[in-house]
Amino acid sequence: MPILAPIGRVFLAFLAVVGRVTVFAAKTLLHCVTPRFYFRLILKQMCEIGYFSLPVVAMTTLFAGMVLALQSYSGFSRFSAESAVATVVVISITRELGPVLAGLMVAGRVGAAIAAEIGTMRVTEQIDALVTLSTNPFKYLVVPRVLAGLVTLPILVFIGDILGVLGGYMVGVNKLSFNSGAYIQNTFQYLETLDVVSGLVKAAVFGFIITLMGCYQGYYSRGGAQGVGQATTNAVVSSSILILISNYIVTELFFVR
Amino acid sequence: MSNSPKISLTDLHKGFGTKKVLQGVNLDVAAGESVAIIGGSGTGKSVTLKCVLGLLTPDSGSVKIDGVEMVGAGRNAQDAMLAKTGMLFQGAALFDSLPVWENVAFGLIEGQGTDRKKAYDIAIARLADVGLGAEMADMSPASLSGGMQKRVGLARAIATQPEILFFDEPTTGIDPIMGDVINDLIVKCTRELGACALTITHDMASARKIADRIAFLYQGKIIWDGPVADVENSDNPYLQQFISGNTEGPLDLDLKHL
Repeated sequence: MPILAPIGRVFLAFLAVVGRVTVFAAKTLLHCVTPRFYFRLILKQMCEIGYFSLPVVAMTTLFAGMVLALQSYSGFSRFSAESAVATVVVISITRELGPVLAGLMVAGRVGAAIAAEIGTMRVTEQIDALVTLSTNPFKYLVVPRVLAGLVTLPILVFIGDILGVLGGYMVGVNKLSFNSGAYIQNTFQYLETLDVVSGLVKAAVFGFIITLMGCYQGYYSRGGAQGVGQATTNAVVSSSILILISNYIVTELFFVR
Repeated sequence: MSNSPKISLTDLHKGFGTKKVLQGVNLDVAAGESVAIIGGSGTGKSVTLKCVLGLLTPDSGSVKIDGVEMVGAGRNAQDAMLAKTGMLFQGAALFDSLPVWENVAFGLIEGQGTDRKKAYDIAIARLADVGLGAEMADMSPASLSGGMQKRVGLARAIATQPEILFFDEPTTGIDPIMGDVINDLIVKCTRELGACALTITHDMASARKIADRIAFLYQGKIIWDGPVADVENSDNPYLQQFISGNTEGPLDLDLKHL
Protein backbone atom coordinates (compact mmCIF):
# COMPACT_ATOMS: atom_id res chain seq x y z
CA MET A 1 0.00 0.00 0.00
CA PRO A 2 1.75 3.19 -1.15
CA ILE A 3 0.13 5.34 1.60
CA LEU A 4 0.59 2.96 4.54
CA ALA A 5 4.26 2.23 3.88
CA PRO A 6 5.58 5.76 4.66
CA ILE A 7 3.32 5.96 7.75
CA GLY A 8 4.67 2.62 8.93
CA ARG A 9 8.26 3.73 8.31
CA VAL A 10 7.76 6.92 10.32
CA PHE A 11 6.10 4.98 13.15
CA LEU A 12 8.89 2.40 13.25
CA ALA A 13 11.51 5.16 13.23
CA PHE A 14 9.66 6.85 16.10
CA LEU A 15 9.62 3.61 18.10
CA ALA A 16 13.33 3.14 17.44
CA VAL A 17 14.07 6.63 18.81
CA VAL A 18 11.89 5.98 21.89
CA GLY A 19 13.81 2.74 22.47
CA ARG A 20 17.20 4.43 22.11
CA VAL A 21 16.25 7.29 24.45
CA THR A 22 14.92 4.79 27.01
CA VAL A 23 18.15 2.76 26.93
CA PHE A 24 20.18 5.98 27.17
CA ALA A 25 18.10 7.11 30.19
CA ALA A 26 18.48 3.70 31.87
CA LYS A 27 22.26 3.73 31.33
CA THR A 28 22.42 7.28 32.69
CA LEU A 29 20.46 6.37 35.84
CA LEU A 30 22.65 3.31 36.38
CA HIS A 31 25.82 5.41 36.11
CA CYS A 32 24.26 8.03 38.44
CA VAL A 33 24.21 5.52 41.30
CA THR A 34 27.47 3.64 40.66
CA PRO A 35 30.97 5.06 41.23
CA ARG A 36 33.05 6.80 40.00
CA PHE A 37 31.64 10.30 40.64
CA TYR A 38 33.24 13.44 39.24
CA PHE A 39 32.29 15.92 41.99
CA ARG A 40 34.30 18.78 40.45
CA LEU A 41 32.42 18.37 37.18
CA ILE A 42 29.05 18.11 38.96
CA LEU A 43 29.75 21.42 40.75
CA LYS A 44 30.92 23.02 37.52
CA GLN A 45 27.76 21.93 35.73
CA MET A 46 25.58 23.14 38.61
CA CYS A 47 27.20 26.53 38.10
CA GLU A 48 26.72 26.40 34.29
CA ILE A 49 23.14 25.14 34.39
CA GLY A 50 21.88 26.76 37.58
CA TYR A 51 23.76 29.94 38.34
CA PHE A 52 24.06 31.21 34.78
CA SER A 53 20.37 30.49 34.06
CA LEU A 54 19.28 32.58 37.03
CA PRO A 55 18.93 35.94 35.17
CA VAL A 56 16.81 34.38 32.40
CA VAL A 57 14.54 32.52 34.83
CA ALA A 58 14.28 35.55 37.13
CA MET A 59 13.22 37.90 34.31
CA THR A 60 10.74 35.38 32.93
CA THR A 61 8.98 34.58 36.20
CA LEU A 62 9.01 38.19 37.44
CA PHE A 63 7.21 39.45 34.33
CA ALA A 64 4.94 36.39 34.25
CA GLY A 65 3.78 37.27 37.79
CA MET A 66 3.27 40.90 36.81
CA VAL A 67 1.22 40.05 33.71
CA LEU A 68 -0.77 37.45 35.63
CA ALA A 69 -1.79 40.05 38.22
CA LEU A 70 -2.89 42.46 35.50
CA GLN A 71 -4.80 39.85 33.51
CA SER A 72 -6.53 38.21 36.46
CA TYR A 73 -7.53 41.61 37.86
CA SER A 74 -9.10 42.72 34.58
CA GLY A 75 -10.89 39.36 34.25
CA PHE A 76 -12.02 38.97 37.87
CA SER A 77 -13.27 42.56 38.12
CA ARG A 78 -16.10 41.52 35.78
CA PHE A 79 -17.68 39.53 38.62
CA SER A 80 -16.25 41.49 41.56
CA ALA A 81 -13.67 38.87 42.55
CA GLU A 82 -10.61 41.16 42.56
CA SER A 83 -9.59 39.89 45.99
CA ALA A 84 -8.70 36.52 44.43
CA VAL A 85 -5.88 38.06 42.37
CA ALA A 86 -3.13 37.36 44.93
CA THR A 87 -4.27 33.73 45.37
CA VAL A 88 -4.49 33.15 41.62
CA VAL A 89 -1.03 34.61 41.08
CA VAL A 90 0.67 32.50 43.75
CA ILE A 91 -1.07 29.23 42.81
CA SER A 92 -0.49 29.75 39.08
CA ILE A 93 3.14 30.61 39.58
CA THR A 94 4.01 27.82 42.02
CA ARG A 95 2.03 25.07 40.34
CA GLU A 96 2.43 25.85 36.63
CA LEU A 97 4.08 28.99 35.34
CA GLY A 98 7.20 28.84 37.50
CA PRO A 99 8.28 25.32 36.57
CA VAL A 100 7.03 25.37 32.96
CA LEU A 101 8.45 28.77 32.01
CA ALA A 102 11.75 28.07 33.79
CA GLY A 103 11.89 24.63 32.14
CA LEU A 104 11.31 26.02 28.66
CA MET A 105 13.83 28.85 29.13
CA VAL A 106 16.49 26.49 30.48
CA ALA A 107 15.75 24.03 27.64
CA GLY A 108 16.56 26.80 25.15
CA ARG A 109 19.67 27.96 26.96
CA VAL A 110 21.16 24.82 28.49
CA GLY A 111 19.74 21.99 26.37
CA ALA A 112 21.12 23.59 23.20
CA ALA A 113 24.51 24.27 24.79
CA ILE A 114 24.85 20.69 26.08
CA ALA A 115 23.92 19.19 22.70
CA ALA A 116 26.35 21.51 20.87
CA GLU A 117 29.23 20.82 23.25
CA ILE A 118 28.85 17.03 23.39
CA GLY A 119 28.01 16.90 19.67
CA THR A 120 31.22 18.76 18.82
CA MET A 121 33.14 16.39 21.10
CA ARG A 122 31.61 13.47 19.21
CA VAL A 123 32.45 14.69 15.69
CA THR A 124 35.99 15.75 16.68
CA GLU A 125 36.66 12.30 18.26
CA GLN A 126 37.03 13.77 21.77
CA ILE A 127 34.57 11.18 23.11
CA ASP A 128 36.64 8.39 21.51
CA ALA A 129 39.71 9.99 23.12
CA LEU A 130 37.99 9.82 26.53
CA VAL A 131 37.47 6.08 26.05
CA THR A 132 41.10 5.50 25.07
CA LEU A 133 42.15 7.42 28.21
CA SER A 134 40.26 4.92 30.39
CA THR A 135 37.42 7.34 31.12
CA ASN A 136 33.76 6.39 30.78
CA PRO A 137 32.07 9.13 28.70
CA PHE A 138 28.74 8.51 30.46
CA LYS A 139 30.26 9.13 33.86
CA TYR A 140 32.42 12.04 32.69
CA LEU A 141 30.01 13.87 30.38
CA VAL A 142 26.42 12.74 30.91
CA VAL A 143 26.07 12.06 34.64
CA PRO A 144 27.43 15.44 35.88
CA ARG A 145 25.05 17.32 33.58
CA VAL A 146 22.00 15.22 34.44
CA LEU A 147 22.64 15.36 38.20
CA ALA A 148 23.23 19.12 37.97
CA GLY A 149 19.94 19.57 36.05
CA LEU A 150 18.08 17.41 38.54
CA VAL A 151 19.33 19.47 41.50
CA THR A 152 19.48 23.02 40.14
CA LEU A 153 16.13 23.25 38.33
CA PRO A 154 14.11 22.97 41.58
CA ILE A 155 16.35 25.66 43.14
CA LEU A 156 15.87 27.89 40.10
CA VAL A 157 12.11 27.34 40.18
CA PHE A 158 11.93 28.09 43.91
CA ILE A 159 13.69 31.41 43.30
CA GLY A 160 11.44 31.97 40.26
CA ASP A 161 8.35 31.31 42.42
CA ILE A 162 9.42 34.02 44.88
CA LEU A 163 10.12 36.49 42.06
CA GLY A 164 6.86 35.68 40.28
CA VAL A 165 4.88 36.35 43.45
CA LEU A 166 6.94 39.51 43.96
CA GLY A 167 6.03 40.63 40.41
CA GLY A 168 2.34 40.11 41.18
CA TYR A 169 2.72 41.99 44.45
CA MET A 170 4.46 44.94 42.75
CA VAL A 171 1.69 45.30 40.18
CA GLY A 172 -1.05 44.61 42.73
CA VAL A 173 0.13 47.23 45.20
CA ASN A 174 1.55 49.89 42.87
CA LYS A 175 -0.72 49.61 39.84
CA LEU A 176 -3.96 48.05 41.06
CA SER A 177 -4.00 49.81 44.44
CA PHE A 178 -4.24 46.71 46.63
CA ASN A 179 -3.37 47.12 50.28
CA SER A 180 0.11 45.70 50.82
CA GLY A 181 -0.74 43.73 53.96
CA ALA A 182 -4.00 42.41 52.51
CA TYR A 183 -2.23 41.27 49.31
CA ILE A 184 0.41 39.36 51.29
CA GLN A 185 -2.26 37.82 53.53
CA ASN A 186 -4.29 36.70 50.49
CA THR A 187 -1.15 35.26 48.93
CA PHE A 188 -0.46 32.90 51.80
CA GLN A 189 -4.04 32.27 53.03
CA TYR A 190 -4.90 29.61 50.47
CA LEU A 191 -1.40 28.47 49.51
CA GLU A 192 -0.72 24.83 50.39
CA THR A 193 2.59 23.03 50.72
CA LEU A 194 1.56 20.71 47.89
CA ASP A 195 1.31 23.66 45.49
CA VAL A 196 4.99 24.46 45.96
CA VAL A 197 6.17 20.86 46.26
CA SER A 198 4.40 19.78 43.05
CA GLY A 199 6.12 22.65 41.20
CA LEU A 200 9.51 21.64 42.55
CA VAL A 201 8.95 17.99 41.61
CA LYS A 202 8.01 19.15 38.11
CA ALA A 203 11.21 21.21 38.02
CA ALA A 204 13.31 18.14 38.90
CA VAL A 205 11.58 16.13 36.15
CA PHE A 206 12.14 18.97 33.65
CA GLY A 207 15.79 19.27 34.71
CA PHE A 208 16.27 15.56 34.04
CA ILE A 209 14.52 15.79 30.66
CA ILE A 210 16.44 18.87 29.46
CA THR A 211 19.88 17.55 30.35
CA LEU A 212 19.13 14.00 29.23
CA MET A 213 17.86 15.09 25.81
CA GLY A 214 20.77 17.52 25.38
CA CYS A 215 23.25 14.75 26.19
CA TYR A 216 21.41 12.16 24.05
CA GLN A 217 21.24 14.37 20.98
CA GLY A 218 24.87 15.44 21.33
CA TYR A 219 26.16 11.94 22.09
CA TYR A 220 24.66 10.44 18.94
CA SER A 221 25.19 13.39 16.59
CA ARG A 222 26.74 12.56 13.24
CA GLY A 223 27.90 14.37 10.14
CA GLY A 224 30.08 17.31 11.17
CA ALA A 225 28.82 20.85 11.72
CA GLN A 226 25.43 20.15 10.14
CA GLY A 227 24.92 17.16 12.42
CA VAL A 228 25.79 19.22 15.49
CA GLY A 229 23.34 21.94 14.37
CA GLN A 230 20.63 19.33 13.91
CA ALA A 231 21.39 17.84 17.34
CA THR A 232 21.06 21.29 18.93
CA THR A 233 17.67 21.90 17.31
CA ASN A 234 16.45 18.42 18.18
CA ALA A 235 17.54 18.84 21.81
CA VAL A 236 15.50 22.03 22.26
CA VAL A 237 12.43 20.81 20.36
CA SER A 238 12.31 17.35 21.95
CA SER A 239 12.91 18.57 25.50
CA SER A 240 10.30 21.36 25.10
CA ILE A 241 7.68 18.88 23.90
CA LEU A 242 8.58 16.38 26.64
CA ILE A 243 8.35 19.15 29.26
CA LEU A 244 4.78 19.92 28.20
CA ILE A 245 3.78 16.24 28.11
CA SER A 246 5.40 15.40 31.46
CA ASN A 247 3.85 18.55 32.96
CA TYR A 248 0.41 17.10 32.30
CA ILE A 249 1.38 13.68 33.68
CA VAL A 250 2.87 15.08 36.91
CA THR A 251 -0.12 17.41 37.38
CA GLU A 252 -2.49 14.47 37.05
CA LEU A 253 -0.43 12.40 39.51
CA PHE A 254 -0.52 15.18 42.11
CA PHE A 255 -3.97 16.67 41.78
CA VAL A 256 -6.38 14.16 40.25
CA ARG A 257 -7.73 11.82 42.90
CA MET B 1 58.65 -13.92 28.08
CA SER B 2 56.05 -15.06 25.61
CA ASN B 3 56.66 -14.80 21.87
CA SER B 4 52.98 -14.18 21.18
CA PRO B 5 52.32 -10.99 19.21
CA LYS B 6 51.43 -7.83 21.09
CA ILE B 7 48.50 -7.23 18.73
CA SER B 8 46.88 -10.01 16.73
CA LEU B 9 43.98 -9.52 14.33
CA THR B 10 42.44 -12.66 12.85
CA ASP B 11 39.78 -12.76 10.11
CA LEU B 12 38.29 -9.43 11.23
CA HIS B 13 34.96 -8.51 9.59
CA LYS B 14 32.99 -5.32 10.05
CA GLY B 15 30.15 -3.88 8.01
CA PHE B 16 27.74 -0.97 8.21
CA GLY B 17 24.34 -1.90 6.78
CA THR B 18 24.99 -3.48 3.39
CA LYS B 19 28.50 -2.04 3.11
CA LYS B 20 31.19 -4.54 4.10
CA VAL B 21 34.19 -2.48 5.20
CA LEU B 22 36.48 -5.15 6.69
CA GLN B 23 36.37 -8.52 4.96
CA GLY B 24 38.86 -10.67 6.82
CA VAL B 25 41.77 -8.59 8.12
CA ASN B 26 44.71 -10.63 9.43
CA LEU B 27 47.66 -8.86 11.03
CA ASP B 28 50.17 -9.48 13.82
CA VAL B 29 52.32 -6.82 15.49
CA ALA B 30 55.21 -8.07 17.64
CA ALA B 31 56.49 -6.39 20.81
CA GLY B 32 58.69 -3.40 19.99
CA GLU B 33 57.67 -3.50 16.33
CA SER B 34 56.22 -0.57 14.42
CA VAL B 35 53.68 -1.43 11.72
CA ALA B 36 51.94 0.98 9.38
CA ILE B 37 48.66 0.06 7.69
CA ILE B 38 48.48 1.98 4.45
CA GLY B 39 45.66 2.25 1.97
CA GLY B 40 43.40 4.67 0.16
CA SER B 41 40.49 6.55 1.62
CA GLY B 42 37.53 4.35 2.55
CA THR B 43 39.49 1.08 2.56
CA GLY B 44 38.83 0.45 6.27
CA LYS B 45 42.00 1.72 7.98
CA SER B 46 40.18 3.76 10.64
CA VAL B 47 37.59 1.02 11.15
CA THR B 48 40.41 -1.48 11.77
CA LEU B 49 41.96 0.79 14.38
CA LYS B 50 38.61 1.44 16.08
CA CYS B 51 37.96 -2.32 16.24
CA VAL B 52 41.36 -2.83 17.90
CA LEU B 53 40.63 -0.10 20.47
CA GLY B 54 37.14 -1.42 21.19
CA LEU B 55 35.47 1.74 19.88
CA LEU B 56 33.69 -0.45 17.33
CA THR B 57 32.62 -4.07 17.81
CA PRO B 58 33.65 -6.35 14.91
CA ASP B 59 30.92 -8.48 13.30
CA SER B 60 33.25 -11.48 13.53
CA GLY B 61 36.90 -12.32 13.97
CA SER B 62 39.37 -11.93 16.77
CA VAL B 63 41.36 -9.05 18.28
CA LYS B 64 43.98 -10.16 20.79
CA ILE B 65 46.14 -7.80 22.82
CA ASP B 66 48.96 -9.57 24.66
CA GLY B 67 47.15 -12.84 23.91
CA VAL B 68 43.91 -11.69 25.57
CA GLU B 69 40.77 -11.77 23.42
CA MET B 70 39.17 -8.33 23.28
CA VAL B 71 36.08 -9.06 21.19
CA GLY B 72 33.27 -9.61 23.67
CA ALA B 73 35.63 -8.99 26.60
CA GLY B 74 34.26 -7.48 29.81
CA ARG B 75 34.85 -3.95 31.04
CA ASN B 76 37.76 -4.95 33.26
CA ALA B 77 39.66 -6.56 30.38
CA GLN B 78 38.94 -3.53 28.17
CA ASP B 79 40.13 -1.16 30.91
CA ALA B 80 43.30 -3.24 31.42
CA MET B 81 43.98 -3.11 27.68
CA LEU B 82 43.35 0.65 27.44
CA ALA B 83 45.63 1.26 30.45
CA LYS B 84 48.61 0.05 28.43
CA THR B 85 47.80 1.89 25.20
CA GLY B 86 48.18 5.45 23.95
CA MET B 87 46.48 6.95 20.93
CA LEU B 88 47.20 9.97 18.73
CA PHE B 89 44.03 10.96 16.90
CA GLN B 90 43.93 12.39 13.39
CA GLY B 91 42.67 15.79 14.55
CA ALA B 92 44.51 15.45 17.92
CA ALA B 93 41.05 15.31 19.67
CA LEU B 94 42.22 17.55 22.51
CA PHE B 95 39.60 18.49 25.10
CA ASP B 96 38.63 22.12 24.48
CA SER B 97 37.43 22.58 28.04
CA LEU B 98 40.84 21.80 29.56
CA PRO B 99 44.20 23.61 29.33
CA VAL B 100 47.08 21.95 27.49
CA TRP B 101 48.72 20.47 30.61
CA GLU B 102 45.46 18.85 31.80
CA ASN B 103 45.00 17.35 28.33
CA VAL B 104 48.46 15.78 28.56
CA ALA B 105 47.92 14.66 32.16
CA PHE B 106 44.34 13.43 31.61
CA GLY B 107 45.21 9.72 31.47
CA LEU B 108 47.38 10.08 34.59
CA ILE B 109 44.77 11.95 36.65
CA GLU B 110 41.57 10.23 35.51
CA GLY B 111 42.94 6.85 34.42
CA GLN B 112 45.66 6.19 37.01
CA GLY B 113 44.55 8.49 39.85
CA THR B 114 47.86 10.37 39.91
CA ASP B 115 48.04 13.42 42.20
CA ARG B 116 47.40 16.64 40.20
CA LYS B 117 50.68 18.29 41.23
CA LYS B 118 52.70 15.24 40.21
CA ALA B 119 50.67 14.89 37.01
CA TYR B 120 51.42 18.54 36.19
CA ASP B 121 55.17 17.92 36.49
CA ILE B 122 54.92 14.84 34.27
CA ALA B 123 52.85 16.80 31.73
CA ILE B 124 55.53 19.52 31.55
CA ALA B 125 58.20 16.83 31.01
CA ARG B 126 56.14 15.16 28.23
CA LEU B 127 55.55 18.54 26.58
CA ALA B 128 59.32 19.07 26.62
CA ASP B 129 59.73 15.63 24.98
CA VAL B 130 57.68 16.85 22.02
CA GLY B 131 59.45 20.18 21.83
CA LEU B 132 56.91 22.37 23.61
CA GLY B 133 57.77 24.71 26.46
CA ALA B 134 56.16 25.01 29.89
CA GLU B 135 54.64 28.34 28.81
CA MET B 136 52.19 26.32 26.71
CA ALA B 137 50.85 24.49 29.77
CA ASP B 138 48.01 26.84 30.64
CA MET B 139 46.99 27.68 27.07
CA SER B 140 43.74 26.52 25.54
CA PRO B 141 44.11 23.83 22.83
CA ALA B 142 42.00 26.01 20.49
CA SER B 143 44.71 28.68 20.48
CA LEU B 144 47.38 26.26 19.15
CA SER B 145 48.29 25.60 15.51
CA GLY B 146 47.51 22.22 13.93
CA GLY B 147 51.12 21.06 14.31
CA MET B 148 51.23 22.07 17.97
CA GLN B 149 47.93 20.31 18.64
CA LYS B 150 49.36 17.12 17.13
CA ARG B 151 52.41 17.41 19.36
CA VAL B 152 50.23 17.93 22.43
CA GLY B 153 48.20 14.90 21.29
CA LEU B 154 51.45 12.92 21.06
CA ALA B 155 52.49 14.09 24.53
CA ARG B 156 49.10 12.92 25.83
CA ALA B 157 49.51 9.55 24.09
CA ILE B 158 52.91 8.89 25.71
CA ALA B 159 52.16 10.44 29.13
CA THR B 160 51.18 7.15 30.76
CA GLN B 161 54.21 5.37 29.23
CA PRO B 162 52.09 2.87 27.29
CA GLU B 163 53.31 -0.43 25.87
CA ILE B 164 51.28 0.01 22.69
CA LEU B 165 50.88 3.21 20.67
CA PHE B 166 48.30 3.88 17.97
CA PHE B 167 48.67 6.69 15.45
CA ASP B 168 45.75 7.71 13.23
CA GLU B 169 46.96 9.65 10.18
CA PRO B 170 49.67 11.47 12.18
CA THR B 171 50.73 13.80 9.36
CA THR B 172 47.35 14.61 7.83
CA GLY B 173 46.38 18.27 7.83
CA ILE B 174 49.81 19.71 8.56
CA ASP B 175 52.59 21.02 6.30
CA PRO B 176 55.35 18.63 5.12
CA ILE B 177 58.02 20.09 7.41
CA MET B 178 55.83 19.83 10.50
CA GLY B 179 54.79 16.39 9.26
CA ASP B 180 58.44 15.35 9.30
CA VAL B 181 58.87 16.79 12.80
CA ILE B 182 55.89 14.68 13.96
CA ASN B 183 57.36 11.59 12.26
CA ASP B 184 60.71 12.11 14.00
CA LEU B 185 58.96 12.60 17.35
CA ILE B 186 56.92 9.43 16.87
CA VAL B 187 60.07 7.43 16.09
CA LYS B 188 61.90 8.95 19.09
CA CYS B 189 59.04 8.46 21.55
CA THR B 190 58.29 4.92 20.38
CA ARG B 191 61.96 3.91 20.70
CA GLU B 192 62.38 5.54 24.10
CA LEU B 193 59.30 3.74 25.43
CA GLY B 194 60.19 0.48 23.69
CA ALA B 195 56.54 0.36 22.70
CA CYS B 196 55.00 -1.38 19.74
CA ALA B 197 53.21 0.95 17.37
CA LEU B 198 50.36 0.58 14.91
CA THR B 199 49.94 3.51 12.54
CA ILE B 200 47.33 4.04 9.87
CA THR B 201 48.23 6.46 7.15
CA HIS B 202 48.04 7.15 3.43
CA ASP B 203 51.24 9.21 3.58
CA MET B 204 53.99 6.95 2.18
CA ALA B 205 56.80 9.22 3.38
CA SER B 206 55.43 9.00 6.89
CA ALA B 207 54.95 5.22 6.69
CA ARG B 208 58.54 4.70 5.45
CA LYS B 209 59.92 6.80 8.30
CA ILE B 210 57.80 5.48 11.18
CA ALA B 211 57.34 1.81 10.38
CA ASP B 212 59.47 -1.35 10.39
CA ARG B 213 56.79 -3.18 8.46
CA ILE B 214 53.99 -2.08 6.13
CA ALA B 215 50.60 -3.71 5.56
CA PHE B 216 48.57 -2.63 2.54
CA LEU B 217 44.80 -2.64 3.09
CA TYR B 218 42.55 -2.80 0.06
CA GLN B 219 38.83 -3.58 -0.09
CA GLY B 220 38.78 -4.69 3.54
CA LYS B 221 41.74 -7.12 3.37
CA ILE B 222 45.50 -6.92 3.89
CA ILE B 223 46.72 -7.79 0.40
CA TRP B 224 50.43 -7.15 1.01
CA ASP B 225 52.48 -7.26 4.19
CA GLY B 226 56.25 -6.95 4.43
CA PRO B 227 59.30 -4.97 5.60
CA VAL B 228 59.53 -1.31 4.59
CA ALA B 229 62.61 -2.05 2.47
CA ASP B 230 60.61 -4.46 0.31
CA VAL B 231 57.83 -2.02 -0.59
CA GLU B 232 59.62 -0.51 -3.59
CA ASN B 233 60.52 -3.94 -5.02
CA SER B 234 57.13 -5.49 -4.48
CA ASP B 235 55.54 -7.08 -7.53
CA ASN B 236 52.05 -6.43 -6.17
CA PRO B 237 50.46 -4.21 -8.86
CA TYR B 238 47.97 -2.71 -6.39
CA LEU B 239 50.71 -1.63 -4.00
CA GLN B 240 52.87 -0.32 -6.85
CA GLN B 241 50.02 1.83 -8.13
CA PHE B 242 49.35 3.15 -4.61
CA ILE B 243 52.95 4.15 -3.86
CA SER B 244 53.47 5.66 -7.30
CA GLY B 245 50.19 7.59 -7.11
CA ASN B 246 49.13 6.72 -10.68
CA THR B 247 45.45 6.99 -11.53
CA GLU B 248 45.87 4.21 -14.11
CA GLY B 249 46.11 0.69 -12.71
CA PRO B 250 44.21 -2.14 -11.04
CA LEU B 251 43.02 -0.13 -7.98
CA ASP B 252 39.29 0.58 -8.06
CA LEU B 253 39.38 4.31 -7.30
CA ASP B 254 35.60 4.71 -7.33
CA LEU B 255 35.90 7.76 -9.61
CA LYS B 256 33.50 8.78 -12.34
CA HIS B 257 35.36 9.36 -15.64
CA LEU B 258 35.89 13.09 -16.07
